[in-house]
Amino acid sequence: MGLIEAQGISKTYSFGEVEVRALCPTSLTIEAAEFIAIMGPSGSGKSTLMNILGCLDKPTTGTYLLDGVDVGGLGRDERAEIRNKKIGFVFQGFNLLPRTSAIENVELPLLYDGLSAQDRRQRALTALKKVGLEGREDHHPSQLSGGQQQRVAIARALVNNAPLILADEPTGNLDTKTSAEIMDLFVKLNTGSNITVMLVTHEPDIAAYSRRVIRFLDGCIVSDEVKKAS
Amino acid sequence: MINIPSTIRISFRALRVNKMRSSLTMLGIIIGVGAVIAMLAVGTGARQKIAEQISSIGSNLLIVLSGASTSGGRRMGSGTQPSLSLGDAEAIKRECPSVQDVAPVLGGIGQVVFGNMNWSTGVTGTTPSMLAVRDWNLSSGRMFTEDDVKGATKVCILGQTVVDNLFGSIDPVGSVIRINKIPFTVVGVLEIKGQSPGGQDQDDTIYVPITTAQKKLFGTAFPGMIRMMMVKARTVEDLLRAEQEIAELLRQRHKIGQKQEDDFTVRNLTQMLQATEQSTKVMTILLGAIASVSLLVGGIGIMNIMLVSVTERTREIGIRMAVGAKTWDIRLQFIIEALTLSMIGGVAGILVGLGVSEALALFAGWSVIVSPFSVILSFGFSGIVGISFGFYPAYKASLLDPIEALRYE
Ligand SMILES: Nc1ncnc2c1ncn2[C@@H]1O[C@H](COP(=O)(O)OP(=O)(O)OP(=O)(O)O)[C@@H](O)[C@H]1O
Ligand SMILES: [Mg+2]
Repeated sequence: MGLIEAQGISKTYSFGEVEVRALCPTSLTIEAAEFIAIMGPSGSGKSTLMNILGCLDKPTTGTYLLDGVDVGGLGRDERAEIRNKKIGFVFQGFNLLPRTSAIENVELPLLYDGLSAQDRRQRALTALKKVGLEGREDHHPSQLSGGQQQRVAIARALVNNAPLILADEPTGNLDTKTSAEIMDLFVKLNTGSNITVMLVTHEPDIAAYSRRVIRFLDGCIVSDEVKKAS
Repeated sequence: MINIPSTIRISFRALRVNKMRSSLTMLGIIIGVGAVIAMLAVGTGARQKIAEQISSIGSNLLIVLSGASTSGGRRMGSGTQPSLSLGDAEAIKRECPSVQDVAPVLGGIGQVVFGNMNWSTGVTGTTPSMLAVRDWNLSSGRMFTEDDVKGATKVCILGQTVVDNLFGSIDPVGSVIRINKIPFTVVGVLEIKGQSPGGQDQDDTIYVPITTAQKKLFGTAFPGMIRMMMVKARTVEDLLRAEQEIAELLRQRHKIGQKQEDDFTVRNLTQMLQATEQSTKVMTILLGAIASVSLLVGGIGIMNIMLVSVTERTREIGIRMAVGAKTWDIRLQFIIEALTLSMIGGVAGILVGLGVSEALALFAGWSVIVSPFSVILSFGFSGIVGISFGFYPAYKASLLDPIEALRYE
């Protein structure tokens, strides 16, 4: 069974009479350790899908099994727990806590997991080492470059050993060179630690790092290609 | 699972980041708690002082003064016309069952000389009953006797202030002093009693036999008359009955008809003081209530700041939710922040309250008493204020939608 099993999930926003369909009924299976890029024009439903897969949002219809668990019927706090244990998020705008050191940002998911302070620090240091930020643990986001901030965010996504990383336009705010470094890091995590990476991008260069590309148009999947092993 | 120690740490950090705002918010609580403590200290001090004065003046006391309190519709100062006699005093003691003891008083100001020291003080002529009436004891020597009263002997007992001013550290018993140039033998010294409810030094006094005062010191145009008498009722409950018995007896003795006005006034001293004590109690409660309002205002200040803080930190809340914070993780974070503000404010407020109370005692000379009760009360109250005014902002924060919160600019 796949890590992600989505059956006919859709999302419709209604404003009184008017209904906006953000996501058509979509079925999707994603295996562990896949590397997937989601592409498509603005407003085509990419983020909507990511939010549903990330348990931040509930689909209007359909069933969604994450790691064998039916997430559909879960309440707010249960979904928070799933996010804490199974999913790491990386955002376009980094979304680090300001005026808070890198290591404390990385420790954040562990705070809600009841770990001791010592364990938290140990695991956060390991995660920071994995993303190549040794020695930067006490820097605040304002003292770090965009690429470094995104590395902190990736370390935060890694720290709980989640099997799935969801990244919505992770390189959207970065220059080409830094983007390449971040993508190399994702590839390393994917191949080295068997983490499933799913990212949204507008750029073919970024999508080229993945082994499977899903294209969206007007809320519907228009193509789902798995590249031949290169 | 909610991790309380780290939630506390998170809250502390948020407060430290906004030091200025945090301390201004605390100021409301500091002033509130400080005011509650200082006000209650002033009130409690005043009550305690009145209670002390009540017991110092003597318990279950009535005072009978010469002269009517009103005369032909015109108010007259009571005691202006001598109408009471020693005989009246004896009759009251003999015939009023609710009366335990009576001490007649005729006094004036006397110039007192011992050796090369002199002092001006109130000299009171009375009977040995005075000590029992006023619950007063001697610290040395003896009280003059009924025989001294009968014989109008020239003996006296002194208050401690008089002793201090004339004798210093010498034991005065047995010495001879001159009051208005007349020699008196000191037979006893009164115990220290302190201030009267009117603020007078009760120890600045000399007692002599009433007959001696009448005949030798303050001879008046009305021989045998006294200015007033102090009456001790048997119990507090007997006070009113004693008042009636005395009035009835005196009207009879002074031959005052049905329609005529009394030529004396009976005052219930204990009751007056108890009324004062009661009103002080009411005042204390009132002051405390007013101070509590400022504590409440401080609480609203906390809620205001917490609401601003929740809005400002919407994105932070979204991040926390995305990485796994549950409803109560978020709620507790903000409640603990509010609680920390109010508790630190509470502790600082207690210190301020203690300081203000101390300053009032030191510089204004007020008697203030900070009761542990008021400290516990205001500290507990500030905690409750923190939790209750922190809850709504925390509740609001916990209901945010993580996706919208993450998008918040
Ligand atoms: N909270 C919302 N309320 C109403 N409509 C929404 C909401 N969120 C998204 N939509 C709509 O759903 C559609 C899909 O939006 P989505 O954010 O998924 O697009 P996207 O593919 O991520 O676009 P972009 O590349 O610009 O990020 C859009 O038409 C958008 O207007
Ligand atoms: Mg998007």
